Amino acid sequence: MKSRVIVITSGKGGVGKTTTTANLGTALAMMGKKVIMIDTDIGLRNLDVVMGLENRIVFDIVDAVNGHCKLKQALIKDKRFDGLYLLPAAQTKDKTAVSPHQMKNMTNELRKDFDFILVDCPAGIEQGFKNAIAGADKAVVVATPEVSSVRDADRIIGLLEAAGLTETKLIINRIRSKMVKRGDMMDISDIIDILAIELLGVVPEDEAIVVSTNRGEPAVLENVSRAGAAYRRIARRLTGEEVPMYSLDDPENIMDKFKKMLKLAR
Amino acid sequence: MSLLDVLSRIFSRESAPSKDIARERLRLVLVHDRASASPEFLNSLKEDLIKVIRDYLDIDEEALQVNLENEDNSIALIANIPVRGFKRKGNEAVSS
Repeated sequence: MKSRVIVITSGKGGVGKTTTTANLGTALAMMGKKVIMIDTDIGLRNLDVVMGLENRIVFDIVDAVNGHCKLKQALIKDKRFDGLYLLPAAQTKDKTAVSPHQMKNMTNELRKDFDFILVDCPAGIEQGFKNAIAGADKAVVVATPEVSSVRDADRIIGLLEAAGLTETKLIINRIRSKMVKRGDMMDISDIIDILAIELLGVVPEDEAIVVSTNRGEPAVLENVSRAGAAYRRIARRLTGEEVPMYSLDDPENIMDKFKKMLKLAR
Repeated sequence: MSLLDVLSRIFSRESAPSKDIARERLRLVLVHDRASASPEFLNSLKEDLIKVIRDYLDIDEEALQVNLENEDNSIALIANIPVRGFKRKGNEAVSS
């Protein structure tokens, strides 16, 4: 399989880029793929804590690109899966410590050893964004069903196109089916209509994400997490498998059935 | 929708579901964002307008202004095109 460099971006902060990177990386590794996740948020690194690997960091991305260590020395092996690695961001430098050219060289070097190279992009559209997209073949934009997030996603899609990344796909994160049903949250078709890009997947709002982040164990490892299940399905789509879209509806309970019967009776 | 939702909607005097408001506001803001994100957009529109109008009217190309403006929940393309005079040739082209 040809290796792929995918950047996970959003423009707006706090919509779930890092959570998405951690879960997709872990899900792909569960499928037996060789995966490296790169945290490019220099100065504000977080992918290490979401993955529960913060105690294993010796070198970081800045050490690797500046030749203070070999690239392989900076890679942290995951504690759960053999094929899963993390390249952490530096915490004491700023975004200018790495150049787009260096990023491109580094991701190209990593292609030799990995099936998937997932680049976790920082918020914003400045140097950190430019670094993160420099070596990418494809981009995944994460957006939540809010005006501010969708607006920023639109801007990011424009910037990605200008940089030659035209096959961008969208993940709608933190959707709440109850709010959608009562008309207080934009639904999937509203957002797709506005942004006019292909949908890669939908992830429901799920308290299990907070719990899994507390523990440093990605939600895809939990069988009961609905968000985890959604991420596992998205990971399968990334490998080229056709997977039906996640249904927003909660499993039908007795009350729903009862309501339906009442409607039918009228 | 539960009874509570219905009641709270009635008493809060909300007219449209808030997602419709969100969608409409996004539509308007994105027209502006997309136009201003690429300054070439208005420039190339301006150049094409000049090309078309030039055949019909003698216009002041330097003073021509094209802008997108917000007016009561809709976006208007406002063009201010000073006309110096009509072109005889243009009239013939239209009538023939």
